[in-house]
Amino acid sequence: MSYYTGIDIGSTASKVVVLSGSGIEDRFVLPTGWSSKETAREIARRLEAGGHPVGKNMKIVATGYGRVAVDYADKTVTEITCHGRGGWHLLGRDCTIIDIGGQDTKVITVEQGMPTSFLMNDKCSAGTGKFLEIMANRLGVDLAELFTLAEAGTPLAISSMCTVFAESEVISHIGAGERREDIAAGVVDSVVSKVAGLCARHTMAGELLLTGGLCDSAYLVDRLSEKLRRPIHTHPLGRYAGALGAALTARDKSR
Amino acid sequence: MSPIEQTKIRLPADFETYGEARRAGFLRMKQLKEEGARVVGMFCSFVPTELIYAAGALPVGLCAFTDEPIPAAEANLPRNLCPLIKASYGFALTDTCPYFYFSDFVVGETTCDGKKKMFELMGEIKDTYVMQLPHSRDPAALAFWREQVLAFQRKLEDFYGITITEADIRTAIRRKNRERDVMRCYLELGKLDPAPMSGYEMGTRIDAGSFSFDLEQRCDEVEERTAQALAQWEARKDRGPSSRPRLLVTGCPNAGVREKIIKAVEELGADVVAFDTCNGIREKVELVDESNPDVYDALARKYLNINCSVMSPNDSRRTYIGKMIDEYKVDGVIEIVLQSCHTYDVEAFFIRRFVTQEKGLPYLNIETDYSQADKGQINTRLAAFLETIDK
Repeated sequence: MSYYTGIDIGSTASKVVVLSGSGIEDRFVLPTGWSSKETAREIARRLEAGGHPVGKNMKIVATGYGRVAVDYADKTVTEITCHGRGGWHLLGRDCTIIDIGGQDTKVITVEQGMPTSFLMNDKCSAGTGKFLEIMANRLGVDLAELFTLAEAGTPLAISSMCTVFAESEVISHIGAGERREDIAAGVVDSVVSKVAGLCARHTMAGELLLTGGLCDSAYLVDRLSEKLRRPIHTHPLGRYAGALGAALTARDKSR
Repeated sequence: MSPIEQTKIRLPADFETYGEARRAGFLRMKQLKEEGARVVGMFCSFVPTELIYAAGALPVGLCAFTDEPIPAAEANLPRNLCPLIKASYGFALTDTCPYFYFSDFVVGETTCDGKKKMFELMGEIKDTYVMQLPHSRDPAALAFWREQVLAFQRKLEDFYGITITEADIRTAIRRKNRERDVMRCYLELGKLDPAPMSGYEMGTRIDAGSFSFDLEQRCDEVEERTAQALAQWEARKDRGPSSRPRLLVTGCPNAGVREKIIKAVEELGADVVAFDTCNGIREKVELVDESNPDVYDALARKYLNINCSVMSPNDSRRTYIGKMIDEYKVDGVIEIVLQSCHTYDVEAFFIRRFVTQEKGLPYLNIETDYSQADKGQINTRLAAFLETIDK
């Protein structure tokens, strides 16, 4: 039996999907940590433990910013193509995919399974998962708690375009004795506005699908949908979209 | 004292600390000056270099393409200005551009607001003459620009204490037209499929030309390289459509980001075959009309027709890009916008729409500066862009 594995080494988390001819055989996620090379080795160990060892019956495509660290991959493909292909596969039809990643955010138009155009945020962590992480840290909570807090709050203005300056704004709010819930709501609102701003610069064809680690937060999805005034699809495997796209590419490649 | 004698023929104070290539540049310029050469520094293709040649002077392109002097420039200029303007001023301020340093004077032009105001600061370092470029192409603008061409001639005559004759100008026009033809033929090698040479080499050679002083020798060298590349191409066994995507690069001057974008995208498997840029074919396509009885009108018309985004409206740029896409069999377009270059940045709206909707091709816009900070991200974008080109 042949297997097709997609490995998506992101800045925060690494995702792995193993496909066979009949569907998804295995999937797992692990933190990327400080060394992509070490992460790649750990992934090889886990694949073997799961009964799908790296070897001649397996074709591997690596993606994500750490893709070059996967020295046993047959090919590397950018995360833009992989997220596009994986997202399209999950939704099953033409769409525009919004991926909020750890260090960048992408908007990708996919037609007939293949990305046709895309836009990425520029040199800046505002509007990315990193922004939320830093702000959650500042508020002394984790990401899940940040969303729970935000749900109970009324957004305070956090208007700076820069993560470092926005953090100062958050500190000012803390200093002024504002409610943590309102600050948290402001933080999420800031990310959502920036993502919506990126979307406005792109021709948003068809339906929308949010992928990446943040698609599991119903609160964020609702806020983004509100801001864009359009429904947004999510999928339980949304955070695996990049790895799935890589696995699909591996399968195509061997046909 | 004549202006020539006033010009210092001394090396800068920090000369000994400079790298080898820069020291060689300074020594070469110093020698030229000692031999009595007249040297006029310039930045932009709107400057009618025919007049500089007619004055018996050498036009030299000034340094503007690395981030090295930008911190020095930012002491006096705002940070959110385009890197080309900051670098131009920074090189002048730090005595590190041999061509600026040994120029008799510098000729600038009011192409964009940033440059226009920067030239006022540059004027405190060196005699900086500014041509007032109008930003439209109607008859009034043409008449005004013709006056500016005449005024520049007077500046040259006054500065060097000479008289420039019509015959001098006509000779210079013929020499420059030949150069345009030679460079155009060279750049049009990109129409061949597979591409006979890399876009990286093409652009590098064109830019190196602005630092060489013998116009005829430069033309001969480029002609020779063109013939050689053509012969090699004709001898190829794999002639015919290449599977590598063929790209057109448009937008701002790209010499400062050539490694980061053009070299990178070619290493990823594409060929940059066409350049709609001011160091590409933009200034070469239209010659100065040698049959026009009014030389100043001929010069003014030619230069006013350059498809730079400072012009408004500038529809002719789209028309020309469309023609290039067809003639060079282009599969995708990359637009390079230097940070804070408002005119190209805004005009990109039309270029994107034209390329994607009217020509049905993928389009990638990269906004960047001379730093290496975004190298990784640009590489990912370029790779993803090539992945969207189904070839």
